Amino acid sequence: MAETFSDLIAAEDVLLFVNAAVTATGQREFHSGAHAQRLSLVFLHEYVRVNYRPVYAASLALDINDHNAVLIIEGLLRTPREAGPEEKRVEGRLIARRLAMLPPQRVYRLFRGLRAAGVGNRRTRAILREWLATRPDLGHDAVKYRNGLKSAARHFHLPLASGPPAAGTAELGDFLFEPGRRGRYAHKLLDAYRRAHFEQGALHELPFTVAEGFAVKHGIPRRAFLERMEPRMTRLERLRTQRSALARSDAGTGDDPGVRTDLTVMPLTRLALYVLSLAMDERTRRRAELTRALRTAARRAAGPYTGTWGRVAAVLDDSYSSSGSGEKRRRPLATALACHFLLDALAAPGSYTPLWTSGSTDPLLVRPYGPTPLGLRILDALDQAPDRLVIVSDGWDNAPPGLAGEVLRVWRTRLDREGRTSAVHLNPVYDADGFDVRRLAPGVPTAGIRDAEDLPALVEIAQFAEGRTGLAELRAYLDRRIERFVEDDPFCRFPGANTAPSADRGTRGASTHDELPPEGR
Amino acid sequence: MTRLDLTGLITRPAQVWGGVRLVPLVRAEPLPGLRLHRRIYEGYGQVQVGPDTHYVSYVPHGFIADWSGDGGQGAAYGTQLDDGNRPGPRDRLDRRDQSDPRDPPGRRDRCPDAVPVRRHHRMVKRAKAGKGGRGLSRSAAATRCRFLPLHLALEGYLSLHFGGPSIAWDEWSQKAVRQGLSPRAEAACLGLAVRGLADALRVFEIHPGQCGMMVYTADSLAAAFVVPHPDDYRTLHPTLVEDLYGELVHQYAFFGAPVAEFEARIRDGRHLETLADLRAAARAQERAWSETHEAVLTRQFLSTSHSFERVYRMGSYELHRFLPPFNRGGQEQHIGELINDHKGRTAYLKTFRLSDAQVRRGHLLTRLAAHDWHLGRTADALGATYDELVRRIRAAGFDSLLNAHAVARRSGAPSVSE
Repeated sequence: MAETFSDLIAAEDVLLFVNAAVTATGQREFHSGAHAQRLSLVFLHEYVRVNYRPVYAASLALDINDHNAVLIIEGLLRTPREAGPEEKRVEGRLIARRLAMLPPQRVYRLFRGLRAAGVGNRRTRAILREWLATRPDLGHDAVKYRNGLKSAARHFHLPLASGPPAAGTAELGDFLFEPGRRGRYAHKLLDAYRRAHFEQGALHELPFTVAEGFAVKHGIPRRAFLERMEPRMTRLERLRTQRSALARSDAGTGDDPGVRTDLTVMPLTRLALYVLSLAMDERTRRRAELTRALRTAARRAAGPYTGTWGRVAAVLDDSYSSSGSGEKRRRPLATALACHFLLDALAAPGSYTPLWTSGSTDPLLVRPYGPTPLGLRILDALDQAPDRLVIVSDGWDNAPPGLAGEVLRVWRTRLDREGRTSAVHLNPVYDADGFDVRRLAPGVPTAGIRDAEDLPALVEIAQFAEGRTGLAELRAYLDRRIERFVEDDPFCRFPGANTAPSADRGTRGASTHDELPPEGR
Repeated sequence: MTRLDLTGLITRPAQVWGGVRLVPLVRAEPLPGLRLHRRIYEGYGQVQVGPDTHYVSYVPHGFIADWSGDGGQGAAYGTQLDDGNRPGPRDRLDRRDQSDPRDPPGRRDRCPDAVPVRRHHRMVKRAKAGKGGRGLSRSAAATRCRFLPLHLALEGYLSLHFGGPSIAWDEWSQKAVRQGLSPRAEAACLGLAVRGLADALRVFEIHPGQCGMMVYTADSLAAAFVVPHPDDYRTLHPTLVEDLYGELVHQYAFFGAPVAEFEARIRDGRHLETLADLRAAARAQERAWSETHEAVLTRQFLSTSHSFERVYRMGSYELHRFLPPFNRGGQEQHIGELINDHKGRTAYLKTFRLSDAQVRRGHLLTRLAAHDWHLGRTADALGATYDELVRRIRAAGFDSLLNAHAVARRSGAPSVSE
């Protein structure tokens, strides 16, 4: 099919949105404040939702972050009239699938947002009812997310009967809305919550966050409390409290690995964040343990791709701007560190070259410091004649500015016309002013990245940004992703997506594009 | 010595944020034997200038120059001076170091509790080596002194011909003859008030080995700052936002549009065949920027001949302040202070950009002084009429110096020299 001008714009818009949805979290970044980030993101969501609604919904199937997934779901549920019945069905599938993947606290916050926006339509109620039905134990939710469940139940008239405990329905209702009514509850957790008000022993049956409040109330010493709560904590809670616990248990002697969380089961980027939060001497002391954990996590993330990427050179940004902000502490640096270990696993054994912008050679001891001489580091990387060049940077190339773009351009146009090296730029920071991640050079595809684990998939998406790929191929790609995402429904796809990509857009908001004189017709 | 000498400082690529361009200066190796530390003063400073007259100031921070060459001392961030609530031997020493020992401690009680007052009685004050330092013998010669950034420079400008007319011509008022220019005031603003400067400094990525910074607003030099050691720079980098900037800097930052970044450009031609060529071209870009910076952006600053005055001597280093020639004609003029070693290399530099009005005032005062404050002769020398000179004196804000009656009598008549 002949590419039209509007198709190219549409493809660009979609890629731009995907980049934003992967990176932006509405939090403060190094260069811009939280408000600017949120304002920019809200606009982008509305723009894409109005103009490319099927794509907007389909991006739920991609590796976008939870913040944006919630925003998309909320946007879709708030504007049901803009979708046809067939589209609604697909949207519903995608939303249900995504909700199942989201952490429950985010879903309860979404419920609260929908309630504040006055959304209570039948579709929303059905979706939420279905989600609640998949919760393993509503009694647990009632204790841990008490307010969330309560406000959702009240606003959406949700029947709480669908939970597994047979006699739970009335009991749950009483627990949430009339706590004084019953003397005791049949559900163990609910009863523990009741008893915890006056009985210290009941604390240890509750979830950690709930028990914390009661511990203060009963004046239990923090240390004893943490020791007893250890088995009830989630993985992240354990990691978070562990360091303070270690600091308390006499420094130096508390290095018994037995009390530690098993780091090797942690996801890669999360692990990198944890490593960067440690002081330099602790990193040196635990070098073997940390390196092993990072390697293991990287190999797990690489999965079937391990060792398949050939010769890889990476330019990793550890300049001062990779320190992120107070809200996203060292996030860009952690992404770079995680990418380092992942690329090590992806590359053929022994043919991986990491190049940090500061010139550091010890990845475990990186710290955000110094300027960003990306251009020169890219030259160093190209010296290795790699098969793949991966650049992980926030795109603020400043020593000297713009050199990275020039080097890549000249390399592409004069020195490597055959394309022996495929270059890709991964950017962990959303640029609020540009509605996209910052790019280095037009010839090099740029993709947003949040978790290093998604790197192989992101590199795949980034290829669309390299050439002048049209909407049709992009839609086909999205359909493939949807197919993988919603396994239980092989026919889940947007109407008309695989036949005539521009046909269905004409029916709705995208008409502005169709008024442009199409080229090549 | 009439020129500023920035040898040993290498220009690195600028970083731009809005209308502010920050150019880092890097030393290949730090200057030996001199360190600057930061000292934070809490509360207000006070100087008794006469009976019942006090000069009260708020000082965001001061500097300590240490030429003992004792490498063991780190940059002492937060050597806090306090109103005595915090015990500790080091604190006690510092306090004694600062307050006038003849001053009975009880006199401090006159002040409200919320406003602790500190007495500064010299612009540069020598401190004994043992004080505030670690484990040095008390009897050692003094190798530290404290001074307030830009205090010297501003005093140098404000006290320009401060004494008033040297000969009591009758056009000058009684007040001018008796009290001189006092009180003499100039406006300046805090770095926080310069739009975009705080953000620009926050997102600035400090280079390894960086020992200095040139601050440009709307691509016109606002301030230059140089220290002897990279560690000092890292400590003192945040103080740039607490420094004084001239009104011109404020206006430029407020009204100026975002400035463009000088992006690297590599011409692709036949000469680019290998990766080595590309690398050479990239290196050439870096050199080109460094040369452009010196040739275009700092040319006026470095080529202007300043008049230097030595204020203090510390070992092989000397502390100077300097004044510009006060040329009229729109070129940028800076006052400032600097420390240099015996070879003339700049170890410390801090400048303040004068606005046009300030340059005019300085010009007028130096011209008047050069002609013994005689209005007629000065007017001749300036190529202006008597009336024009009087108008200029009034416009410069020195109206109260003139004896209105005497001036009015002579005005209109051709200037006669008696």
